[in-house]
Amino acid sequence: MRSRQPLIPYLIWMVIFVIVPLGFVVYYTFTNENGSFTFENFQYVGKYASTYVYSLRLALVATLICLLMAYPFAMILSRSHAKVQTMMMLLIMIPMWINFIIRINAIAFVLEENGIINKAITVLGGKPLKLIHTDFAVVLGMVYNYFPFMLLPIYTVMAKIDKSLYEASADLGGNGWQTLRRVTLPLSIPGVITGITMVFVPAASTNIIAGYLGHTKMIGDIIETTFKTEVNYNVGSTLSLVLMLIILIAMVVMNHFDQDKDGAMLL
Amino acid sequence: MKKHLSGAYVAFVFILLYLPILVFIFFSFNAGTSGGKFTGFSLRWYEMLFQDRALLGAFFNTLLIALAASVMATVLGTMAALGIFNLKRKTKSIVLNVSNLPILNPEIVTGISLMLLFAFVFIKVFHLNFGFVTVLLAHILFNTPYVILNVLPKLRQFNMSLYEAAQDLGCKPRRAFFRTVIPEIAPGIFAGFLMAFTFSLDDFIITFFTNGDLETLPTYIYTHIGKGKTTLEFNALSAILFLIVMSLLVFSNLIGRNKNSVEKY
Repeated sequence: MRSRQPLIPYLIWMVIFVIVPLGFVVYYTFTNENGSFTFENFQYVGKYASTYVYSLRLALVATLICLLMAYPFAMILSRSHAKVQTMMMLLIMIPMWINFIIRINAIAFVLEENGIINKAITVLGGKPLKLIHTDFAVVLGMVYNYFPFMLLPIYTVMAKIDKSLYEASADLGGNGWQTLRRVTLPLSIPGVITGITMVFVPAASTNIIAGYLGHTKMIGDIIETTFKTEVNYNVGSTLSLVLMLIILIAMVVMNHFDQDKDGAMLL
Repeated sequence: MKKHLSGAYVAFVFILLYLPILVFIFFSFNAGTSGGKFTGFSLRWYEMLFQDRALLGAFFNTLLIALAASVMATVLGTMAALGIFNLKRKTKSIVLNVSNLPILNPEIVTGISLMLLFAFVFIKVFHLNFGFVTVLLAHILFNTPYVILNVLPKLRQFNMSLYEAAQDLGCKPRRAFFRTVIPEIAPGIFAGFLMAFTFSLDDFIITFFTNGDLETLPTYIYTHIGKGKTTLEFNALSAILFLIVMSLLVFSNLIGRNKNSVEKY
């Protein structure tokens, strides 16, 4: 029971399947197709700079909308009756467990030129709107798919807040706003940080959403085609490594806001 | 007033969450082929679905890989958690950080890094192809951290004197371990297994970079849905998935509630 031996297989595993693969990414980044050392691949990062900015911007907008929607929702949820809470969590989980690509298609289905929303608009006498293949559709797709990832960690943290703290705040003359600012908000920060990470990372790197809902490629799509269609491992690795570093740096900066270092990093 | 406002807000979020998927499912009963016009009730898309051999094969692959990967990840992860638990603080945080890399990294980076490993080791050195084995290994990789994250907190809660008492009462260490530690951490192991299983079922990106010719349900959907031809077959598929998920969740919830009430009284 006090032994560290059971860790040995996993250590070997991690070296082979975590460290060595990332080593390959670094290797391909700094070599050309002949295997000789080069920095040339980085010129493609410059070529796709606007795509990086575009992807990060849309992901950021989607993350903010998710946060603004999930925070009040988690507050309402954590203060309702226990049975209502279980019921509502169940309702949140059900769509989450249906395949991701199907959910994206459901959004596309609703937004289409002759989809239900435009049908409703025409019936009411309006002109059909261009909804699909826009930035709006991409952000909507992100919010729709990743909203539970924002809600769950915030809700988990809020459910653990001792209810007597709210009463204490009220007893000391704090109004609703002051209680939110001085009690709820500081205590829920770890959940908020986890939520932001869990939405921002997949949203910024997605290679699925733009294809169905967007009008232009995101960085995930570029990486996908570089590997799958162009079969250029060197450029693909470089683009991935840069994406990974940008996201890692963003996460390190984020975690500085979390004073409770043991706090729920992920989940 | 405040109560009505929050009620309205909750309703609004649920409508947003359910409207697209319910509209999508509704059109699975469309006799016509269009997603814009409902021309009459029919089950033709369901018939088509059950005759689609490739789809059923992909579904079978998905289940097999999810089950195999989550079982292996559970064994590997539980053992790893036992070892990590006994590490010193600093080493522990290093090991955990490396271990969490595959789930903290963007999925596409994990996917391509594994693809490079397999392309080099499997194809160049062993002359094997991408397929079942590579997908299975990839799934074990991203499943194991979830198992560790679920088992570690249970180990922290475990009262070590229980294990010592068992040995004082004459148990050999091995038997004492299986009679005291394992039952106590079993809920964590099970939760980790379930999480691994569901993530495995739904994984697309990592599978997409390691699958070769092997189709799983998500890769099959990706290569066939919404690209060119209009088909409502996938609407029917999502209706069935919706039904399965809903009944599973409601069922597990009912069991959970019964168990709680047994414990209470």
